[in-house]
Amino acid sequence: MPKFKKKKSGDLPAISTASLPDIVFMLLFFFMVATVMRDSTLMVTNALPAADQVQKLDKKDRIMYIYAGKPSSRYKDKYGTQARIQLNDKFATVDEVGAFILAERASKRQELQNVLTTALKVDGETKMGLVTDIKQELRKVNALKINYTTRVGAYNQNLN
Amino acid sequence: MPRRGAPEVNAGSMADIAFLLLIFFLVTTTIETDSGINRKLPPMEEVEDPPIIRERNIFTVLINKYNQLLVEEELVDLKDLRASAIAFLDNGGGQNEEACDYCQGEKDPASSDNPQKAIISLKNDRETSYKVYIAVQNELVAAYNTLRDREFQRLYPMEQMTFTEANKRYSDPRTSPEDKEALKPKLDEVKNLFPQKLSEAEPNKSS
Repeated sequence: MPKFKKKKSGDLPAISTASLPDIVFMLLFFFMVATVMRDSTLMVTNALPAADQVQKLDKKDRIMYIYAGKPSSRYKDKYGTQARIQLNDKFATVDEVGAFILAERASKRQELQNVLTTALKVDGETKMGLVTDIKQELRKVNALKINYTTRVGAYNQNLN
Repeated sequence: MPRRGAPEVNAGSMADIAFLLLIFFLVTTTIETDSGINRKLPPMEEVEDPPIIRERNIFTVLINKYNQLLVEEELVDLKDLRASAIAFLDNGGGQNEEACDYCQGEKDPASSDNPQKAIISLKNDRETSYKVYIAVQNELVAAYNTLRDREFQRLYPMEQMTFTEANKRYSDPRTSPEDKEALKPKLDEVKNLFPQKLSEAEPNKSS
Protein backbone atom coordinates (compact mmCIF):
# COMPACT_ATOMS: atom_id res chain seq x y z
CA MET A 1 0.00 0.00 0.00
CA PRO A 2 2.69 2.52 0.81
CA LYS A 3 4.04 1.95 -2.68
CA PHE A 4 0.97 3.55 -4.24
CA LYS A 5 1.16 6.56 -1.96
CA LYS A 6 4.70 7.29 -3.05
CA LYS A 7 3.65 7.32 -6.65
CA LYS A 8 1.00 9.93 -6.04
CA SER A 9 3.40 12.43 -4.49
CA GLY A 10 5.91 11.99 -7.35
CA ASP A 11 4.55 14.83 -9.51
CA LEU A 12 6.88 17.35 -11.08
CA PRO A 13 8.57 19.37 -8.38
CA ALA A 14 7.93 23.11 -8.45
CA ILE A 15 10.64 25.04 -10.29
CA SER A 16 12.58 27.16 -7.91
CA THR A 17 11.99 30.85 -8.45
CA ALA A 18 14.80 31.89 -6.19
CA SER A 19 16.85 33.13 -9.14
CA LEU A 20 14.11 35.22 -10.65
CA PRO A 21 15.20 38.36 -8.80
CA ASP A 22 18.68 37.90 -10.19
CA ILE A 23 17.41 37.77 -13.73
CA VAL A 24 15.25 40.80 -13.22
CA PHE A 25 18.13 42.73 -11.72
CA MET A 26 20.34 41.73 -14.58
CA LEU A 27 17.87 43.08 -17.10
CA LEU A 28 17.46 46.22 -15.06
CA PHE A 29 21.18 46.86 -14.93
CA PHE A 30 21.53 46.13 -18.62
CA PHE A 31 18.93 48.67 -19.59
CA MET A 32 20.27 51.18 -17.11
CA VAL A 33 23.63 51.02 -18.75
CA ALA A 34 22.56 50.85 -22.36
CA THR A 35 19.96 53.58 -22.44
CA VAL A 36 20.94 57.03 -23.45
CA MET A 37 19.06 59.66 -21.57
CA ARG A 38 17.58 62.17 -23.91
CA ASP A 39 17.07 65.31 -21.95
CA SER A 40 14.65 66.94 -24.32
CA THR A 41 11.94 65.42 -26.43
CA LEU A 42 12.32 66.10 -30.10
CA MET A 43 9.67 68.32 -31.59
CA VAL A 44 11.28 68.57 -35.01
CA THR A 45 12.06 65.96 -37.61
CA ASN A 46 15.71 65.11 -37.23
CA ALA A 47 17.06 62.96 -40.04
CA LEU A 48 20.73 63.86 -39.82
CA PRO A 49 22.80 64.01 -43.01
CA ALA A 50 25.54 61.44 -43.57
CA ALA A 51 29.28 62.06 -43.44
CA ASP A 52 32.31 59.84 -43.04
CA GLN A 53 35.08 62.24 -41.97
CA VAL A 54 33.67 62.52 -38.49
CA GLN A 55 35.07 62.96 -35.03
CA LYS A 56 33.47 61.61 -31.91
CA LEU A 57 31.73 63.87 -29.45
CA ASP A 58 32.39 62.42 -26.05
CA LYS A 59 32.25 64.21 -22.72
CA LYS A 60 28.57 65.03 -22.76
CA ASP A 61 28.93 67.65 -20.06
CA ARG A 62 30.63 70.09 -22.41
CA ILE A 63 28.14 70.02 -25.24
CA MET A 64 25.19 72.26 -25.89
CA TYR A 65 22.58 70.99 -28.30
CA ILE A 66 20.65 73.02 -30.83
CA TYR A 67 18.04 71.19 -32.88
CA ALA A 68 16.52 72.43 -36.09
CA GLY A 69 14.17 71.04 -38.68
CA LYS A 70 10.57 70.98 -39.73
CA PRO A 71 8.09 70.56 -36.86
CA SER A 72 7.15 66.91 -36.50
CA SER A 73 3.66 65.78 -37.48
CA ARG A 74 2.19 66.36 -34.01
CA TYR A 75 3.10 70.04 -34.08
CA LYS A 76 2.41 70.70 -37.74
CA ASP A 77 -1.01 72.19 -37.16
CA LYS A 78 0.23 74.61 -34.58
CA TYR A 79 3.62 75.62 -35.93
CA GLY A 80 3.34 75.10 -39.68
CA THR A 81 5.81 73.31 -41.92
CA GLN A 82 8.62 75.87 -42.04
CA ALA A 83 11.88 74.69 -40.45
CA ARG A 84 12.20 75.83 -36.84
CA ILE A 85 14.82 75.84 -34.12
CA GLN A 86 14.29 73.83 -30.97
CA LEU A 87 16.09 74.77 -27.77
CA ASN A 88 15.55 72.47 -24.81
CA ASP A 89 11.86 71.66 -24.91
CA LYS A 90 10.39 74.47 -26.92
CA PHE A 91 10.49 76.08 -30.30
CA ALA A 92 12.55 79.21 -30.53
CA THR A 93 13.35 81.97 -32.94
CA VAL A 94 16.83 82.84 -34.15
CA ASP A 95 17.11 85.76 -31.71
CA GLU A 96 16.74 83.44 -28.73
CA VAL A 97 19.79 81.36 -29.63
CA GLY A 98 22.24 83.84 -28.12
CA ALA A 99 20.42 84.03 -24.80
CA PHE A 100 20.14 80.25 -24.72
CA ILE A 101 23.88 79.80 -25.24
CA LEU A 102 24.69 82.33 -22.51
CA ALA A 103 22.30 80.61 -20.09
CA GLU A 104 23.74 77.18 -20.90
CA ARG A 105 27.25 78.46 -20.50
CA ALA A 106 26.45 79.99 -17.11
CA SER A 107 25.00 76.69 -15.92
CA LYS A 108 28.23 74.79 -16.58
CA ARG A 109 31.18 74.53 -14.26
CA GLN A 110 33.68 77.36 -14.40
CA GLU A 111 36.54 75.34 -15.86
CA LEU A 112 34.37 74.00 -18.65
CA GLN A 113 33.00 77.33 -19.78
CA ASN A 114 35.77 77.93 -22.27
CA VAL A 115 35.78 74.50 -23.85
CA LEU A 116 32.11 74.13 -24.67
CA THR A 117 31.06 72.83 -28.06
CA THR A 118 27.76 73.55 -29.71
CA ALA A 119 26.34 70.52 -31.46
CA LEU A 120 24.06 71.46 -34.33
CA LYS A 121 21.60 68.67 -34.91
CA VAL A 122 19.97 69.88 -38.04
CA ASP A 123 17.64 67.94 -40.30
CA GLY A 124 19.06 67.21 -43.73
CA GLU A 125 16.19 68.86 -45.56
CA THR A 126 16.69 72.23 -43.87
CA LYS A 127 17.77 75.20 -45.97
CA MET A 128 21.17 76.71 -45.26
CA GLY A 129 19.60 80.11 -44.54
CA LEU A 130 18.47 78.97 -41.10
CA VAL A 131 21.82 77.33 -40.36
CA THR A 132 23.68 80.48 -41.40
CA ASP A 133 21.47 82.53 -39.08
CA ILE A 134 22.24 80.20 -36.18
CA LYS A 135 25.95 80.40 -36.94
CA GLN A 136 25.83 84.19 -36.97
CA GLU A 137 24.09 84.19 -33.58
CA LEU A 138 26.73 81.83 -32.20
CA ARG A 139 29.48 84.12 -33.41
CA LYS A 140 27.82 87.05 -31.66
CA VAL A 141 28.03 85.29 -28.29
CA ASN A 142 31.50 83.95 -29.05
CA ALA A 143 30.52 80.28 -29.07
CA LEU A 144 32.88 79.42 -31.87
CA LYS A 145 33.39 75.70 -31.50
CA ILE A 146 30.65 73.92 -33.34
CA ASN A 147 29.98 70.40 -34.48
CA TYR A 148 27.68 69.51 -37.32
CA THR A 149 26.29 66.30 -35.89
CA THR A 150 25.86 63.68 -38.58
CA ARG A 151 25.28 60.01 -38.83
CA VAL A 152 28.07 57.90 -40.23
CA GLY A 153 27.71 57.08 -43.91
CA ALA A 154 29.06 57.90 -47.34
CA TYR A 155 28.53 61.45 -48.60
CA ASN A 156 26.53 60.36 -51.64
CA GLN A 157 23.68 59.23 -49.41
CA ASN A 158 22.89 62.93 -49.16
CA LEU A 159 22.24 63.35 -52.84
CA ASN A 160 18.72 62.23 -53.37
CA MET B 1 13.30 1.43 -2.85
CA PRO B 2 13.63 3.12 -6.28
CA ARG B 3 13.15 6.89 -6.37
CA ARG B 4 10.43 8.25 -8.63
CA GLY B 5 9.91 11.69 -10.10
CA ALA B 6 12.55 14.16 -11.18
CA PRO B 7 14.91 15.40 -8.50
CA GLU B 8 14.76 19.10 -7.76
CA VAL B 9 17.17 21.14 -9.89
CA ASN B 10 19.74 22.98 -7.87
CA ALA B 11 19.19 26.67 -8.52
CA GLY B 12 22.05 27.88 -6.39
CA SER B 13 24.28 28.63 -9.35
CA MET B 14 21.62 30.59 -11.23
CA ALA B 15 22.71 33.82 -9.59
CA ASP B 16 26.27 33.20 -10.76
CA ILE B 17 25.08 32.74 -14.31
CA ALA B 18 23.03 35.91 -14.08
CA PHE B 19 25.98 37.91 -12.85
CA LEU B 20 28.17 36.45 -15.54
CA LEU B 21 25.74 37.65 -18.19
CA LEU B 22 25.40 41.03 -16.51
CA ILE B 23 29.13 41.55 -16.50
CA PHE B 24 29.39 40.39 -20.10
CA PHE B 25 26.84 43.00 -21.23
CA LEU B 26 28.40 45.66 -19.04
CA VAL B 27 31.71 45.16 -20.75
CA THR B 28 30.50 44.82 -24.31
CA THR B 29 27.85 47.54 -24.62
CA THR B 30 29.05 50.96 -25.53
CA ILE B 31 26.82 53.92 -24.98
CA GLU B 32 26.17 55.47 -28.33
CA THR B 33 27.94 58.77 -28.77
CA ASP B 34 27.23 61.41 -31.33
CA SER B 35 29.74 62.15 -34.00
CA GLY B 36 30.07 64.88 -36.53
CA ILE B 37 32.28 67.34 -38.33
CA ASN B 38 34.02 69.78 -36.01
CA ARG B 39 34.36 73.33 -37.20
CA LYS B 40 35.54 76.57 -35.72
CA LEU B 41 33.67 79.76 -36.55
CA PRO B 42 35.64 82.95 -37.13
CA PRO B 43 35.34 85.57 -34.39
CA MET B 44 32.91 88.39 -34.97
CA GLU B 45 35.25 91.37 -34.89
CA GLU B 46 36.27 92.76 -38.23
CA VAL B 47 39.90 92.31 -39.21
CA GLU B 48 41.53 95.61 -40.05
CA ASP B 49 43.33 95.65 -43.36
CA PRO B 50 43.03 91.97 -44.22
CA PRO B 51 46.13 90.31 -45.67
CA ILE B 52 46.41 90.31 -49.41
CA ILE B 53 45.89 86.85 -50.81
CA ARG B 54 46.77 85.98 -54.36
CA GLU B 55 43.92 84.79 -56.52
CA ARG B 56 45.72 81.54 -57.37
CA ASN B 57 45.91 80.59 -53.69
CA ILE B 58 42.16 80.63 -53.28
CA PHE B 59 40.02 77.68 -54.24
CA THR B 60 36.44 78.85 -54.43
CA VAL B 61 33.58 76.46 -53.93
CA LEU B 62 30.11 77.84 -54.46
CA ILE B 63 26.90 75.93 -53.89
CA ASN B 64 23.89 77.53 -55.50
CA LYS B 65 20.26 77.24 -54.56
CA TYR B 66 19.74 74.32 -56.91
CA ASN B 67 22.47 72.45 -54.98
CA GLN B 68 24.87 72.66 -57.91
CA LEU B 69 28.57 73.03 -57.34
CA LEU B 70 30.67 75.74 -58.92
CA VAL B 71 34.36 75.10 -58.28
CA GLU B 72 36.80 77.70 -59.61
CA GLU B 73 34.02 79.00 -61.88
CA GLU B 74 33.32 75.60 -63.37
CA LEU B 75 30.34 73.36 -62.84
CA VAL B 76 31.66 70.27 -61.04
CA ASP B 77 30.08 67.07 -59.83
CA LEU B 78 30.29 66.39 -56.10
CA LYS B 79 32.19 63.16 -56.64
CA ASP B 80 35.04 65.05 -58.36
CA LEU B 81 35.33 67.67 -55.62
CA ARG B 82 37.69 65.69 -53.40
CA ALA B 83 40.15 65.03 -56.22
CA SER B 84 40.22 68.65 -57.38
CA ALA B 85 40.64 69.91 -53.80
CA ILE B 86 43.57 67.53 -53.34
CA ALA B 87 45.09 68.67 -56.62
CA PHE B 88 44.79 72.29 -55.51
CA LEU B 89 46.23 71.80 -52.01
CA ASP B 90 49.04 69.54 -53.14
CA ASN B 91 50.01 71.65 -56.14
CA GLY B 92 53.07 73.40 -54.68
CA GLY B 93 53.69 75.76 -57.59
CA GLY B 94 55.68 78.27 -55.52
CA GLN B 95 59.25 79.30 -56.30
CA ASN B 96 62.27 79.81 -53.99
CA GLU B 97 61.16 80.46 -50.41
CA GLU B 98 57.59 79.63 -51.29
CA ALA B 99 58.47 76.25 -52.72
CA CYS B 100 56.98 73.13 -51.21
CA ASP B 101 59.37 70.20 -51.05
CA TYR B 102 56.87 67.56 -49.94
CA CYS B 103 54.11 68.34 -52.42
CA GLN B 104 53.51 65.78 -55.11
CA GLY B 105 51.21 67.89 -57.27
CA GLU B 106 51.65 69.22 -60.78
CA LYS B 107 53.46 72.45 -59.77
CA ASP B 108 51.08 74.41 -61.94
CA PRO B 109 51.96 78.12 -61.63
CA ALA B 110 48.28 79.02 -61.98
CA SER B 111 47.32 77.04 -58.87
CA SER B 112 48.37 77.29 -55.20
CA ASP B 113 51.93 78.15 -54.13
CA ASN B 114 52.10 75.82 -51.15
CA PRO B 115 49.68 74.23 -48.66
CA GLN B 116 50.39 76.91 -46.03
CA LYS B 117 49.07 79.57 -48.39
CA ALA B 118 46.25 77.58 -49.94
CA ILE B 119 42.81 78.60 -48.80
CA ILE B 120 39.53 76.95 -49.62
CA SER B 121 36.69 79.40 -49.70
CA LEU B 122 33.21 78.00 -49.32
CA LYS B 123 30.13 79.98 -50.19
CA ASN B 124 26.54 78.90 -50.15
CA ASP B 125 23.13 80.28 -50.91
CA ARG B 126 20.38 80.62 -48.33
CA GLU B 127 18.34 78.13 -50.31
CA THR B 128 21.08 75.48 -50.38
CA SER B 129 20.07 72.23 -48.77
CA TYR B 130 21.85 71.44 -45.52
CA LYS B 131 22.68 67.88 -46.49
CA VAL B 132 24.44 68.96 -49.66
CA TYR B 133 26.38 71.50 -47.63
CA ILE B 134 27.45 68.74 -45.22
CA ALA B 135 28.42 66.53 -48.15
CA VAL B 136 30.65 69.32 -49.49
CA GLN B 137 32.19 69.96 -46.06
CA ASN B 138 32.79 66.24 -45.77
CA GLU B 139 34.58 66.07 -49.10
CA LEU B 140 36.79 69.05 -48.28
CA VAL B 141 37.74 67.60 -44.89
CA ALA B 142 38.38 64.31 -46.66
CA ALA B 143 40.81 66.05 -49.03
CA TYR B 144 42.81 67.39 -46.08
CA ASN B 145 42.70 64.03 -44.33
CA THR B 146 43.94 62.18 -47.40
CA LEU B 147 46.96 64.45 -47.69
CA ARG B 148 47.64 64.33 -43.95
CA ASP B 149 47.43 60.54 -43.99
CA ARG B 150 49.98 60.46 -46.77
CA GLU B 151 52.40 62.76 -44.97
CA PHE B 152 51.97 60.97 -41.66
CA GLN B 153 52.83 57.66 -43.24
CA ARG B 154 55.79 59.15 -45.04
CA LEU B 155 57.26 60.82 -41.93
CA TYR B 156 56.41 58.18 -39.35
CA PRO B 157 56.29 54.82 -41.12
CA MET B 158 57.04 52.98 -37.87
CA GLU B 159 53.74 54.10 -36.35
CA GLN B 160 51.90 51.70 -38.68
CA MET B 161 48.83 53.90 -38.89
CA THR B 162 47.35 56.82 -40.74
CA PHE B 163 46.85 60.35 -39.51
CA THR B 164 43.13 59.82 -38.97
CA GLU B 165 43.76 56.70 -36.93
CA ALA B 166 46.42 58.46 -34.92
CA ASN B 167 44.13 61.39 -34.30
CA LYS B 168 41.34 59.09 -33.19
CA ARG B 169 43.75 57.40 -30.86
CA TYR B 170 44.91 60.71 -29.48
CA SER B 171 41.38 61.81 -28.61
CA ASP B 172 40.45 58.43 -27.16
CA PRO B 173 40.29 58.75 -23.35
CA ARG B 174 41.56 55.18 -22.97
CA THR B 175 44.94 56.02 -24.49
CA SER B 176 47.59 56.42 -21.83
CA PRO B 177 49.06 59.90 -21.21
CA GLU B 178 52.52 58.76 -22.34
CA ASP B 179 51.17 57.64 -25.70
CA LYS B 180 49.34 60.92 -26.09
CA GLU B 181 52.49 62.83 -25.26
CA ALA B 182 54.35 60.88 -27.94
CA LEU B 183 51.65 61.33 -30.55
CA LYS B 184 51.03 65.04 -30.10
CA PRO B 185 54.19 66.46 -31.73
CA LYS B 186 53.80 64.12 -34.67
CA LEU B 187 50.20 65.11 -35.21
CA ASP B 188 51.06 68.80 -34.90
CA GLU B 189 53.87 68.42 -37.39
CA VAL B 190 51.58 66.89 -39.99
CA LYS B 191 48.80 69.37 -39.28
CA ASN B 192 51.32 72.10 -39.87
CA LEU B 193 52.26 70.68 -43.27
CA PHE B 194 48.64 70.80 -44.40
CA PRO B 195 46.85 73.35 -42.22
CA GLN B 196 43.10 73.31 -42.59
CA LYS B 197 42.34 76.72 -44.02
CA LEU B 198 38.70 76.56 -44.85
CA SER B 199 37.05 79.91 -44.89
CA GLU B 200 33.37 80.54 -45.19
CA ALA B 201 32.07 83.68 -46.77
CA GLU B 202 30.16 86.17 -44.65
CA PRO B 203 26.46 85.88 -45.40
CA ASN B 204 25.21 88.53 -47.73
CA LYS B 205 23.45 91.32 -45.88
CA SER B 206 21.26 92.16 -48.84
CA SER B 207 19.12 89.80 -50.92
